[in-house]
Amino acid sequence: MGSARMFGPRRVNKNVFQRIIGLNWFVVLITAAIAGTGFAILYSVAGGEWDPWASRQAIRFSAAIILMIGIAVTDIRVWMALAYPAWFAGVALLIAVELIGATGMGGQRWLDIGFMRIQPSELMKIATVMALARYYHSRSLEQSKRLINLIIPGFLIVLPVGLVVIQPDLGTGLMIVAGGAAIIFMAGLSKWLFISAGGAVLAAIPIVWQLMKPYQKSRVLTFLNPESDPLGAGYQITQAKIAAGSGGLTGKGFLQGTQSQLNFLPEMKTDFIFTVLAEEFGLIGGLILLAMYGIVLGYGILIGIACRSQFARLLAAGLSITLFLYVFINVGMVMGLLPVVGVPLPLVSYGGSAMLTWCVAYGLILSAATHRHVTLAPKGSGLA
Amino acid sequence: MRYQLFSRRALLLAGGQGLVLSALGGRLYYLSVVEGEQYKVRADKNRISLRLIAPERGDILDRKGRKLATNRQDFRVFLVPEQTDDSKETLNKLGRIIDLSPRQLRRIERQIKRQRKFVPITVAEGLEWDEFARVNVDAPELPGVLTDAGLSRHYPNGNDVAHIVGYLASPDEDDVNKNPLYQLPGFKVGKQGLEDRFEAHLRGYAGTRRVEVNSVGREIRELPGRQDATFGDHLNLSIDLELQREATKILGEEAAGAVVIDIKSGELLALASTPTYDPNEFTRGISSQNWNSLLKDPRKPLVNKCVNGLYPPGSTVKMLMALSALEEGLVTPDTEYYCNGRHRLGDNTFHCWKRGGHGKLDLVGAISNSCDVYFYELAEKMDIDKIAEMANRFGLGQLHNIGVDGEKSGLVPTREWKERTRRERWQLGETLNVSIGQGALLATPLQLAVMTARIASGKEVKPSLFMASQSDYQDPFLYDNDFGRMRINPLHLDIVREGMERVTAVRGTAFDPKRPKTAQKIAGKTGTAQVRRITIQERNTTGVLDNKELPWASRDHALFVAYAPAEDPQFAVSILVQHGGGGASTAAPLGRALLDKAAEIRARAEPQQPSSLSEEV
Repeated sequence: MGSARMFGPRRVNKNVFQRIIGLNWFVVLITAAIAGTGFAILYSVAGGEWDPWASRQAIRFSAAIILMIGIAVTDIRVWMALAYPAWFAGVALLIAVELIGATGMGGQRWLDIGFMRIQPSELMKIATVMALARYYHSRSLEQSKRLINLIIPGFLIVLPVGLVVIQPDLGTGLMIVAGGAAIIFMAGLSKWLFISAGGAVLAAIPIVWQLMKPYQKSRVLTFLNPESDPLGAGYQITQAKIAAGSGGLTGKGFLQGTQSQLNFLPEMKTDFIFTVLAEEFGLIGGLILLAMYGIVLGYGILIGIACRSQFARLLAAGLSITLFLYVFINVGMVMGLLPVVGVPLPLVSYGGSAMLTWCVAYGLILSAATHRHVTLAPKGSGLA
Repeated sequence: MRYQLFSRRALLLAGGQGLVLSALGGRLYYLSVVEGEQYKVRADKNRISLRLIAPERGDILDRKGRKLATNRQDFRVFLVPEQTDDSKETLNKLGRIIDLSPRQLRRIERQIKRQRKFVPITVAEGLEWDEFARVNVDAPELPGVLTDAGLSRHYPNGNDVAHIVGYLASPDEDDVNKNPLYQLPGFKVGKQGLEDRFEAHLRGYAGTRRVEVNSVGREIRELPGRQDATFGDHLNLSIDLELQREATKILGEEAAGAVVIDIKSGELLALASTPTYDPNEFTRGISSQNWNSLLKDPRKPLVNKCVNGLYPPGSTVKMLMALSALEEGLVTPDTEYYCNGRHRLGDNTFHCWKRGGHGKLDLVGAISNSCDVYFYELAEKMDIDKIAEMANRFGLGQLHNIGVDGEKSGLVPTREWKERTRRERWQLGETLNVSIGQGALLATPLQLAVMTARIASGKEVKPSLFMASQSDYQDPFLYDNDFGRMRINPLHLDIVREGMERVTAVRGTAFDPKRPKTAQKIAGKTGTAQVRRITIQERNTTGVLDNKELPWASRDHALFVAYAPAEDPQFAVSILVQHGGGGASTAAPLGRALLDKAAEIRARAEPQQPSSLSEEV
């Protein structure tokens, strides 16, 4: 790999300013561009007004991107040290949510801590990846291949997923499972074991179906046949497809989307925001946004490949895949390829949680990039 | 080793990401380009709503273009609930400016709950200008209150033409699904009379406008492509409003009907029925109190006595008896009978209206004096089926289909009719009753007017409610004055006409000593139709009671049929005053007045074309 050329000269001991200058500003800029696209759509959804959504979203993003850079320049050893504590904290918060959480949108998801509401399941997406990366960092390839060493990673995944699913938040549960599976795969689990595990998951689908809440079942059934419920759950997906499809190649123009401006679209400032973009900016607009996501997320994996420590590699690639899952599930859902599971489009959908998750995760990816030459002690629990 | 495996697998996942994102892009391509047109159509279907524009209803005009039914500015007040914080408070304030009944308020409250908050609710319509102006002045104090000047149906001469023209009312539940126009707020539809029968003709065609609506149906803006509504056609009646008004006036409070027909054209000049009512009240929505009083009135204001009322025609049919007997050769003008006031048939005695008898009379005398005994003598020789045939030829016992509601065909009895309905054979005594217009015989004032016109002209005059000039649409009542001749010996008709002329001359039953010599000469026939049965006991003890001594409902019907001028008949008239007493005393003066008025109108105004339809009456 021409990693040296790709990520800049090999320099290890840099001060904070050097590290900031050394950041890959290209991906930061694209991240900002994606968020900017979000502001524009929120401006349009409000009928050509900054208030109430676009302005707030912009303020939030300003804070989040500073946080992202802060995380990026923080030593990766700090993050490795925090991997397990973060996982435990996440699980504790999930349990707290179960006991005292605020209820909304059909489930217990938030912890209200006064000035803001915390969604522990968002933290859990990152913490699980960190914990798994930390675990495999300490295992050799031989160990990683063996079935016996799946016990702890399995526990690291299953416990938070179980807590998330009973909230109920099936989408987040699936994302943690998929992100975890990706890490186990990249860590080196035997591909035969992996394939048979995949088969087991498929076999488990009927059981999962039994465990699903009625509204989740109806979402899946409506997804399979949206016309069966044209005024209820199917209305959303039908109107979303109309919005995305009626945009055509170049769209109806900024502020000109009839489906969005006339309120035919459901949830158009949150989960269905991508269809507003497709309606007003057409296929071209939609492809540009997908390409921007593709670039930053693909870059995340390449950053991982450039890292020397297994922790940084797995962290960068795993988080990149976790973030990718947001985009895949959200866009697949609003275009009628996946059931409606309520996953926002990060940076673009109105709201702080997914944006915060994105910025924290990408901050960690950038931190891995900044510290790609650092070799970490395989068994060390602190700073090596 | 670990690193190489990681790199391989990470690149595999990166490739997977790329594939999935490409698939999403492909899906978007499929939706927006391959199926894009279909979704564009569906997006337009979502947002574009076709709204109707109500057409302006055509006027109903009299023969001179005077308005019998028209549209006028109607001032209305609406409330848009979403534009007021407290709709109750707003309605309270509004209630200090215009009258709002508790019933109205309850309806409004119900609508506020049921409808979307941006849909205007009609609070009041038919407001006076000053009320409307006050609402407008106070508008800043009345959030959510909208004022609007629309069109509503108005009958400027409502009471005079109610039975002909009918009225509009709100469409009922069943109607609403038939025509989307009916769903427009405040839309009214013909419910009675010509308004109902010519609904399609008068209504016109709705226009359309395309509006952009949002997901809850609120109108955002109008899109280009508006098609204006097409005015409804006017309906030109043959009625002369002035004559009609006169007829209604002179009939007064009686339960009565008057028909005036133009003999030459068959056009109906007046078709008046009293008591009458105000169709404006129906169109506005009549109160149940007024509705009940209309229903309960024994004089039946809602019945059009000219065409829906069936009455024994009394002596007004004696011309037909005479014609039938003449045509059958049973009698000659010189045939004389002696009247001593009664006629015996088997065990029954038939009385003449004149108790002492008329003495010796010929046919002309029998008509002018309306001698019953003379006709009993004739009837004994006559065949009821021949009489019926003659009555039918002169327009009795049949519908004339002039287009007004509930026209009745009357009844001309025959042998076959009796056997069919009563399963009994026809009795000669019944022929005697029919010969003086009693018994089973029933006719409408319209039929009697047609009969009179046919006697006067010798032609098969067909009545029409529409102007001869009205040829811009097809209707079954279209005027045709090229009437065929009645196939009756003209000499026989002359004899009958002479008898009718003498009715109004000295010693005739309808002689008016005060009538000026210069006035047009009228030929006519009075009729007094008995409603109750006069018993032998009444005749022997008290004598036949005078009408004034009887309760209203038992009094005789007064009838009069006539034409004028006698030498060149222009107009025929028939008058019926229900329980009005004697035809000569009650009905004849009214008939004479109407014939004179008709002549006066024609002399004054002919020929005159309606100058302009917009001219106010």
